[in-house]
Amino acid sequence: MTRKRTKVLILSLLVIMGLMAIFTTAAWAGDPTGANSVGINSVTAAKAGAPTLEEVATDLGKTKIGLNFVWVILCGCLIFFFQAGFALVETGFTQAKNAMHTMAMNLMVFLVGTIGFFVAGFAFMFGGVGSVASLGGTAPLNGLLTIGGWNLLGLKGFFLTSGGSYDAGVFALFFFQMVFMDTTVTIPTGSMAERVKFSAVVIASFFIAIVAYPFFGNWVWGGGWLAQLGGKLGLGHGVVDFAGSGVVHAMGGALALAGAIALGPRIGKFKKDGTPVAIPGHDIPIAILGTIILFFGWFVFNAGSTLNGSDLRLAVVATNTMVAGAFGGFTSMIYMWARYGKPDPSMMCNGALAGLVAITAPCAFVTGLSSAIIGVVAGILVCAAVYVIEHKLKIDDPVGAVAVHFVNGSWGLIAVGLFADGTYGEGLNGVAGGVTGLFYGGGLTQLYAQLIAVGVILLWGAGVGYVFYKVLDLTVGLRVSAQDEINGLDIPEMGVKAYPDFVLTASHTLAAAKAGAVAITPAVQMEPKGV
Amino acid sequence: MKKIEAIIRPSKLDELKEALGRFNVHGMTVTEVVGCGLQKGKKEIYRGTEYTIDLLNKVKIEIVVKDGWVEDLIKLISETAKTGEIGDGKIFVQAVENAVRIRTGESGEAVL
Repeated sequence: MTRKRTKVLILSLLVIMGLMAIFTTAAWAGDPTGANSVGINSVTAAKAGAPTLEEVATDLGKTKIGLNFVWVILCGCLIFFFQAGFALVETGFTQAKNAMHTMAMNLMVFLVGTIGFFVAGFAFMFGGVGSVASLGGTAPLNGLLTIGGWNLLGLKGFFLTSGGSYDAGVFALFFFQMVFMDTTVTIPTGSMAERVKFSAVVIASFFIAIVAYPFFGNWVWGGGWLAQLGGKLGLGHGVVDFAGSGVVHAMGGALALAGAIALGPRIGKFKKDGTPVAIPGHDIPIAILGTIILFFGWFVFNAGSTLNGSDLRLAVVATNTMVAGAFGGFTSMIYMWARYGKPDPSMMCNGALAGLVAITAPCAFVTGLSSAIIGVVAGILVCAAVYVIEHKLKIDDPVGAVAVHFVNGSWGLIAVGLFADGTYGEGLNGVAGGVTGLFYGGGLTQLYAQLIAVGVILLWGAGVGYVFYKVLDLTVGLRVSAQDEINGLDIPEMGVKAYPDFVLTASHTLAAAKAGAVAITPAVQMEPKGV
Repeated sequence: MKKIEAIIRPSKLDELKEALGRFNVHGMTVTEVVGCGLQKGKKEIYRGTEYTIDLLNKVKIEIVVKDGWVEDLIKLISETAKTGEIGDGKIFVQAVENAVRIRTGESGEAVL
């Protein structure tokens, strides 16, 4: 039987190869190199093959803006994958009994975030950004709330409708910026995981998407008062944050800090004398996968922020991102290894993320060597910050969101004021010349602007955020009951367990069971561990 | 009838199962368990905070045999599951009053 089948197989392969030989000797009708598909004939013209100068120029403009649109939308799609990264990192670093709750929060924040940003967040942030030339003008976004010459808030683009914002360029900008906003919404879910009420996170996510993120975002990216610091007060180029160390990450980290303080630590996290207790995550491999997904997403998170596919600086941006992330993760690994004896995988994750967060603001303005230094500092900072936050400040942050995003986001902002080398950012925020930091002869002015941004994030993100979470606590309640927290949030909060049949099963025993050799009685449920 | 309860290293399960098969013991119940004994726990660091892993993973094998088999089986299990390091496990033997095969209803040593 088998031999017969083999014969048939060989025969068919011979027939196929014979047919291929016949076809390859036939004359080519196609254009295998593509050489004939480009050229003057591909220019849209009234008279094919003889376009006028105007027709050539029109086609060129279309190609240029088309390239930018493809770049921006494609990057937006890839950055969306950040959500998967965050979901896996947060769920892996927390306990199995809360896995469904943590995972579901990470999906929910995208749904809520998009709605909030669509309704009003985008308008508040970019409603007065003016012309984004690389996206064809975005003319409708021209409404700013201005007091005494300082811009405070955008006013066009509510529901992607108001002020005539039904515009391809505006939609492209929304698509790209939306996935950035959602990063900020998802960061606090990590620091508040395993004890926060799902309903409270829904409300808080609307708050972040409509108020917390877009207001600050407007001040830095939407033409607001922090961006005006350069032109009006001579502080460098005003606050410079290329892809969001401050706007996205430090803001998310500050909200995470506020949320973790407002909630208090998980039951059992600190002993009576204040000593912290380790509560190991239930699936570090999945957290590592999440970290790799985030690392991947970061290349376009930063490089896509050129909003311009023909700005060749995007290569510098992407490469600096790669370098800083690697140096950050490596430094954390060595730091933990030297200090505690093993290269703690969870801190390798945090270290890589810390380097990536830190390079997000300066990635377009610094050299490769500076990126390495920024990454090394981030790798040490994150380890020190995790220790200080847990052992000294007694704040319970299960995934290290504050240490990664707030501490290193702030470091990234400051790094612009130190390492920017003046080769990029000509005319940014209406200030002539490239962005130049302290180490490249720019003096202290840029650094001052960056420090102001860090201060505002503390006040606006952590301060206002804390007040918001406290009000939420007093109204709908922020925290689940102690009983639910101890038993796990999956059933009381979500009604379904992440792992209904999950037991500890070693592979060799499983293999024996599959072969029918042994009976396996599940004895040890994963859940009670670490409570 | 006697019940032999052996708590062994998970990595020794396959080897022991095979050895028992050669000895003509085919019925057994295997459970994954955690426990502590002489091996004690070990200290590890997670994100800079020390914690103790004091319950270690083991496998428990239960077999019920005729009285006369017990000595040989103890020898077999000891030899197979032994590495010489702390943590090899323990064997407990206890008397079994009766045994019933659910399918047929027969009882006593005949069901073994």
